[in-house]
Amino acid sequence: MTIKISIQAAHKTFGSGDKAIVALQEVNLEIGSNEFVTFVGASGCGKSTLLRCIGGLETLSSGSIKVDGVDINGPGVDRAMVFQHYSLYPWLTVTENIKFSRKLRAGREDLTSSDVEAASGRADALINLMGLNHVRDAYPNQLSGGMQQRVAIARALLPRPQILLMDEPFGALDAQTREVMHDMILHVSKLEKTTIVFVTHDVEEAIYLGQRVVVMAPRPGRVDSIYQVELPEERNQDMKLDPGFLQQKKAILTRIRETAGMHTDYELLERMTQQAAQQNDMQ
Amino acid sequence: MSSRNKILARWDSLWVIRGELSRRTYLLFALFGMLVPLAAWWGLSVSGWMDKVFMPGPMEVVSRAYTWFMDDELSHDIWISTYRVMAGFALSAVLAIPIGLMIGTYRPVQAMLEPLTDFIRYMPAVAFIPLVMLWVGIDESSKIAIIFIGTFFQMVLMVAEDVRRVPITQIEAAQTMGASRGEIVSLVIVPSAKPALLDTLRVTMGWAWTYLVVAELVAANSGLGYSILRAQRFMQTDKIFAGIILIGLIGLTIDQLFRWLHRRNFPWMYKK
Repeated sequence: MTIKISIQAAHKTFGSGDKAIVALQEVNLEIGSNEFVTFVGASGCGKSTLLRCIGGLETLSSGSIKVDGVDINGPGVDRAMVFQHYSLYPWLTVTENIKFSRKLRAGREDLTSSDVEAASGRADALINLMGLNHVRDAYPNQLSGGMQQRVAIARALLPRPQILLMDEPFGALDAQTREVMHDMILHVSKLEKTTIVFVTHDVEEAIYLGQRVVVMAPRPGRVDSIYQVELPEERNQDMKLDPGFLQQKKAILTRIRETAGMHTDYELLERMTQQAAQQNDMQ
Repeated sequence: MSSRNKILARWDSLWVIRGELSRRTYLLFALFGMLVPLAAWWGLSVSGWMDKVFMPGPMEVVSRAYTWFMDDELSHDIWISTYRVMAGFALSAVLAIPIGLMIGTYRPVQAMLEPLTDFIRYMPAVAFIPLVMLWVGIDESSKIAIIFIGTFFQMVLMVAEDVRRVPITQIEAAQTMGASRGEIVSLVIVPSAKPALLDTLRVTMGWAWTYLVVAELVAANSGLGYSILRAQRFMQTDKIFAGIILIGLIGLTIDQLFRWLHRRNFPWMYKK
């Protein structure tokens, strides 16, 4: 496996002095070409920060992130990003949104007319792939949340990025839409041979999509453990009920609970129940 | 259910918090809201409780507006006042939009200009009249200057706020697609803020009209505001009423024009 992304001794601190928060501490990780890696962890574990650092939207305090052995410098067209929501341009139609990157200078340097034709065909292909043909002239706010995310993914894929960074892209969708989106993104990753880094808070989603699941821990944000997913390459929804799947889900959830330092206080609940019972008795 | 209960239930359904109203019912209520003060005014004027000199009736006001139009150059007054408001407003907008865009986009510009603007906007525009007369003189440009002072500083701050409300993810998405800073401003921030900017222009246009009377305090010899002030000297309350109502009607027309422009230019906001 060739290494696509290499993260070395990554540190990220927000603020300074007493109020400084260590968002990432000593993160070392290598992500392979065409690999699908998912990140989970309790809130504040730095998974989104790490993703944003890879995308170049945040800069590390120290350490390095290399893509194909070269240090990244800010955002770049080789690393596309899909956000949870509000990233589409509501004044543009679906097709115009998807073709947005072609309006930019970065995508136009030394373009020949055959390139432009190819790009136009590319947009049509993505519209078909994402099942957006019947809404290609609609505006984003006429679409459901799931459809909007399809547009966002198509838009990100248009310039053929080598890496797709996804920040809880399905977090706001209902359970059924999510399942459809899961199979769609797995299909895309195989078809486009894109390296995908996917952040989520849903462990089931992380296992179903990922070849590896990286568990991060908070305070300070760091990589806690890495799980190799033992599912066959070709995934289907029924696998979510396999004993192996459930076992891994349990292991990861337990690990996240341990690192979160947050748990249900059964003693407190018991006390509350007793107090309520006593009050009822007195009445 | 008896018909009385049915009517009660329907009446009750109108008062649901943030409820819906059919277009017909809405217009009915709007008409009611307009007619009640008009009827009260008419009633008061015919009741004889108030002296006609202080409270002319609707008909007197209409007939005064008519003679103003026929014998007294009403159309010129409307034209010159509209010109002054438009010129002052346009000058404000041409400067406030780029400055507000820069304040809302770049922190150093914000730090440099926003506290200053915040400070100046609390200074009363009326108090600048003596200075304006000294600096600009007493011709047309002084009236335009007063309207400009009254609207510009507010407009800058509102434009800056509109620009700041552009969702950061829209900007970050463009960054990850390789957009340069200039491209982010022209292809994301400006089109994203446009509908809010048009609303800001609509609101500040209203303020520009409120500064008209103040502006026409300065050595004017025509205009709606000037006519209102002069009518006071001759106790022509019907003319004062006519002038105020005319300014209101012109304002309402322009406001509707802005709303129409909004629907026309931003169809994506109205499609569901």
